[in-house]
Amino acid sequence: MSQPTPASATPPGGHLLDLRDLHVEFRTQEGVAKVINGVSYHLDAGETLAVLGESGSGKSVTAQAIMGILDSPPAHISAGQIRYRGRDLLSLPEEQRRQVRGKEIAMIFQDALSALNPVFPVGWQIGETLRQRLGMSRADARRRVVELMELVQIPAASTRLGDYPHQFSGGMRQRVMIAMALAMEPKVLIADEPTTALDVTVQAQIMDLLADLRRDLDMAMILITHDLGVVADVADRIAVMYAGRIVEHADVRSLYRAPAHPYTKGLLNSIPRLDQRGGKLATIRGLPPNLMRIPSGCPFHPRCPYAQQVCVDVVPHDLVLGDGRTSACHFAQEVRDDRTS
Amino acid sequence: MFRFIVRRLLQMIVAFFGTTLIVYALMFAGQGDPIQALAGERPVTEAQRAYLTEKYHLDATGVGGFFYRYFDYLSNLLRGDLGESLTGRSIGDILAAAWPVTIKLALIAIAVAVIFGVTAGVLAGIRRASIFDNATLLLTLLVLGIPTIVLAPLAQYYLGVRWQLFPPTAGADPDFYALLLPGIVLGSLSLATALRLTRTSVAENLRADYVRTARSKGLPRRRVVSVHVLRNSLIPVITFLGVELGNLMSGAIITEGVFNIPGVGFNLFRGIRTEDGPLVVGIVSVLVVVYLVANLVVDILYAVLDPRIRYE
Repeated sequence: MSQPTPASATPPGGHLLDLRDLHVEFRTQEGVAKVINGVSYHLDAGETLAVLGESGSGKSVTAQAIMGILDSPPAHISAGQIRYRGRDLLSLPEEQRRQVRGKEIAMIFQDALSALNPVFPVGWQIGETLRQRLGMSRADARRRVVELMELVQIPAASTRLGDYPHQFSGGMRQRVMIAMALAMEPKVLIADEPTTALDVTVQAQIMDLLADLRRDLDMAMILITHDLGVVADVADRIAVMYAGRIVEHADVRSLYRAPAHPYTKGLLNSIPRLDQRGGKLATIRGLPPNLMRIPSGCPFHPRCPYAQQVCVDVVPHDLVLGDGRTSACHFAQEVRDDRTS
Repeated sequence: MFRFIVRRLLQMIVAFFGTTLIVYALMFAGQGDPIQALAGERPVTEAQRAYLTEKYHLDATGVGGFFYRYFDYLSNLLRGDLGESLTGRSIGDILAAAWPVTIKLALIAIAVAVIFGVTAGVLAGIRRASIFDNATLLLTLLVLGIPTIVLAPLAQYYLGVRWQLFPPTAGADPDFYALLLPGIVLGSLSLATALRLTRTSVAENLRADYVRTARSKGLPRRRVVSVHVLRNSLIPVITFLGVELGNLMSGAIITEGVFNIPGVGFNLFRGIRTEDGPLVVGIVSVLVVVYLVANLVVDILYAVLDPRIRYE
């Protein structure tokens, strides 16, 4: 049952998790949708990376590629590497890949009501990996499940083991999800829009809980979100995605202070602000591109206020701006230094 | 749950009275002279007529008379007395002989549907659009398209008469082997429906979010499918099979007729053909109860299988 997992230490100088030029396409009857087009990012032990972007920008697909749970077909990883502790997960046979799942890298999903199995009690679902993968006895697993449920602050945990997902509130259900992901003590936790389905007050509680757990359990976290407000307090670095690419990559402070990509700038400007009450809300004009027909050059150019002819013709490379910041924009410097908006 | 069951039992009582009343009315209200019908072509003497009129309360006429006889019949029924058929045999005895045969036949049919239908449905659902999936789709459409009245004689002729793999007819007091071919024919329709239902349900659940979660926990695919997907997929299938078993228990008129099986459907058909009112009404009254109980069991089972459903 439990084969030795790839427990080799992170090579010196290497990253815990390192995505290199990942390409994913969905091959459907209507055509090929290029969902991920050369995504590279990395994650070091103990840090939090926020991946930001609109629906359809490819942030969840990237996460599912890391987990190896893409539905294939239609999804197909056409190029790239996903290196975990120096080993390319994409080259591992499925059985070894499976050992990484949940134990090294775990994931929590957006909508806990549909992500939990409706017909099994939550205690059973949290303890399933303990019994199946660690070979724990029912009694031991039960004790550990109660510990996990207390860890995520579910009140009266020991009396709620036998309850079903639909008997919990949204926030409690998300806590169950988190407890389930923590069961195998993963080193990396991927949280895919963990608060989107929740009330605002509950959102803050869950984000605080995740941040605390990440620190206490010394995990690294990838936080996928489209909510800029969620990111600021929790993340160390931010990667902004658009049309299956990372368009800007920076530490949280510099990005908020001076975004270096027009898309990031647009996102920040579209946050409603108290000091501009009564005015019209800022928006990014246009719609995200159809992934079967991504615009030439810079995919953001049809919506971009800075666009020039070069943006239509040439795909921008990542421009290094110092302090490890990059921006995939021909006019990154200008955008960063432009304080007009 | 308790209140739900009580409420359902009360509904069952209403349904029981309603159905028996309708069947009773249809069977007797339209009849010309029931005594002459009983005697057939033979003449009836005055003494016989007086005796039968007395016995069946035929002296009371009109709507009042009808209800008088209906309630008289019901009160006997509630005491467990189904009365006598026009042939003079106790209907209780007829059913006691016919029912075990029908139940055996129903169980064989359901077993066929479960063993082949559900298994093939799960495989087809997992391997959607494969050769196996397409082949089963074609076969089930074929089976669903051929009515039993055609399928049963075909099976009887080829498997029973030509190749002599099975006894072509069952006859009185049939054994398991004699009921096997009729059971398969009877079950083939349930099989096809169970297969389609299972396939759709499995295919749908395989795409569910909780399956993605189960995979992200690092569970082997085998376990994801056999525990997470199956447990959810089989809820509608078991519901269907429960209702189907209720249907099959009430006898299969065509199959029992073709294979000459002395079951409930066989007797019911004979009763209808010979205008044997008491026999038809007696059998149907019991069938109604069987059907209602089967449905109640299915409803309760549904709540047990799916924790999201709690009847209150």
